[in-house]
Amino acid sequence: MTLMPAFRLHRPDTLAEAVAALAETPGGKPLAGGTDLLVNIRRGMADPPALVDLTNVGGLDDLVVSEAGLRLGATVTLAHIAEDEGIRAGWPALAAAAEAVAGPTHREAATLAGNLCQETRCIFVNQSEWWRAGNGFCLKIEGDVCHVVKKSLRCYAVYAGDVAPVLMVLGAEAEILGPAGTRRLALASFFHEEGRSHLALAPGEIVTAVHVPPPNGAVAGYAKVRVREAIDFPLAGVAVALRREGDRLASVTVALTGVASAPVLVPGLDRLAGTTWSEDSAKTLTDAVRKSCNAVKTTVTTPNYRRRVAAASAVRLAGDLWAAAGEGNAS
Amino acid sequence: MHDPNVRASGARVRKKSVLALTLNGRAREDFVADGMLLVDYLREVAGLTGTKQGCDGGECGACTVLVDDRPRLACSTLAHQVAGRRVETIEGLARNGRMSRLQQMFHEKLGAQCGFCTPGMIMAAEALLRRDPDPTPERIRQALAGNLCRCTGYVKIVEAVRAAAETPVGSEGAR
Ligand SMILES: Cc1cc2nc3c(=O)[nH]c(=O)nc-3n(C[C@H](O)[C@H](O)[C@H](O)COP(=O)(O)OP(=O)(O)OC[C@H]3O[C@@H](n4cnc5c(N)ncnc54)[C@H](O)[C@@H]3O)c2cc1C
Ligand code: SF4
Ligand code: FES
Ligand code: FES
Repeated sequence: MTLMPAFRLHRPDTLAEAVAALAETPGGKPLAGGTDLLVNIRRGMADPPALVDLTNVGGLDDLVVSEAGLRLGATVTLAHIAEDEGIRAGWPALAAAAEAVAGPTHREAATLAGNLCQETRCIFVNQSEWWRAGNGFCLKIEGDVCHVVKKSLRCYAVYAGDVAPVLMVLGAEAEILGPAGTRRLALASFFHEEGRSHLALAPGEIVTAVHVPPPNGAVAGYAKVRVREAIDFPLAGVAVALRREGDRLASVTVALTGVASAPVLVPGLDRLAGTTWSEDSAKTLTDAVRKSCNAVKTTVTTPNYRRRVAAASAVRLAGDLWAAAGEGNAS
Repeated sequence: MHDPNVRASGARVRKKSVLALTLNGRAREDFVADGMLLVDYLREVAGLTGTKQGCDGGECGACTVLVDDRPRLACSTLAHQVAGRRVETIEGLARNGRMSRLQQMFHEKLGAQCGFCTPGMIMAAEALLRRDPDPTPERIRQALAGNLCRCTGYVKIVEAVRAAAETPVGSEGAR
């Protein structure tokens, strides 16, 4: 039998009760599908005094597709997102990213907000307690040194969520509820590039929904590089959204995952606007992507491989989307 | 102020409460700790040891059970999270001592060798067949992609699920 640490479980029916329960137990955490959090708790990587299960909150798993875009409740499952006809038609990149997460049984339980808020990862930390103890622990949990970047004062554990980069290039916003009320935050501002504190959520705050604007003529895609075609986290993941007007690129946005402690919106792509997609554009994109990666040896593959494969995937995906958008224009 | 969740020693209280659910078609109630995992509830409290624990969390699929007809990893779910739901384990598939056609086909087509992955594999396949009674081999491979098997090489497993889809209902357990 698994010896789980002792914690209280709250299963509120309403959001107000959920926020109140979190406020009452400092250090308590929201629980959704449990596919990240419960695994980490049993490995001794987290020891919250209480969990507040959001999967019993009525209406929190509503998925609404309308002219105004998408409103996805926090506990909508990834299986639901991947299968929804409206999402597949209007935001296929989102459906593809949801479908690329873990394995099919994980996706039945895994939720959208749980995916966004998942813990950062590192080969020195996603291990059993005895493994970590044998290694003297590390800065992220219980220890005081980083085994990846010696003498580092920060943690470089990697953010490996598949859905966040797509939501970033689609211009999505998170709706957040806390003791102080409701606020909206662009996904682009939702993360900090630090392995131990990668979310811009205050204690007691929960994500209640994600809003995605209508595609407005943009085409988008998601490319994931991993060891096995199922179960595995991305070694690198790339989301691209672009708008093509005739032979000109009106805009292109690119976001990366698996290459830093937060998903990264690649800066400096404005200069591609107004140009025709070419070898030069590919080179500009390659340089920008490689510069945006803050990859160190936190995974089984080398940082250089992750930078190169991220750039190559971005170029291939952007080229494919450019071509697809051209066919759309022609017809 | 005294916190009722912490003992004088500083240790946290393991609180238990009533869990009511339907397990393999029968309603039951148990007194279960807040932090108990579904896999531990099934094996230790309900005594259903068919569901296996094959890894230290979320990696292998051996613990797959059905919750309201959908597959779920019992090792990454708290028992209380399935309160009021319909839970089915491998023990729930046989009828009157006769294996279901899916179980029968795993047996006949050699879809099981050491058998450790088999309960999870069959429950994941059962979930697929309830939704899609005639899946292509590709669809079967996708649905079982999170279930690891170290013995069969998967070919026989996919054949077993296909064979179950092709076997007329009612002919199972005939031999
Ligand atoms: C073998 C394996 C493979 C995996 N592969 C992938 C992969 O390829 N890609 C990927 O992206 N993920 C992967 N995961 C991680 C995980 O399964 C997914 O990220 C999943 O979407 C997490 O969602 P959940 O609902 O299960 O979250 P939970 O585990 O319930 O929660 C995760 C975190 O989010 C917080 N949280 C949950 N809901 C909210 C909310 N509404 N507001 C604020 N905080 C909240 C929790 O407190 C917790 O810290 C994998 C996990 C395993 C075990
Ligand atoms: S990057 Fe360093 S501090 Fe962070 S988890 Fe890895 S070893 Fe630990
Ligand atoms: S026991 Fe391995 S996934 Fe649950
Ligand atoms: S039969 Fe042995 S692991 Fe699948």
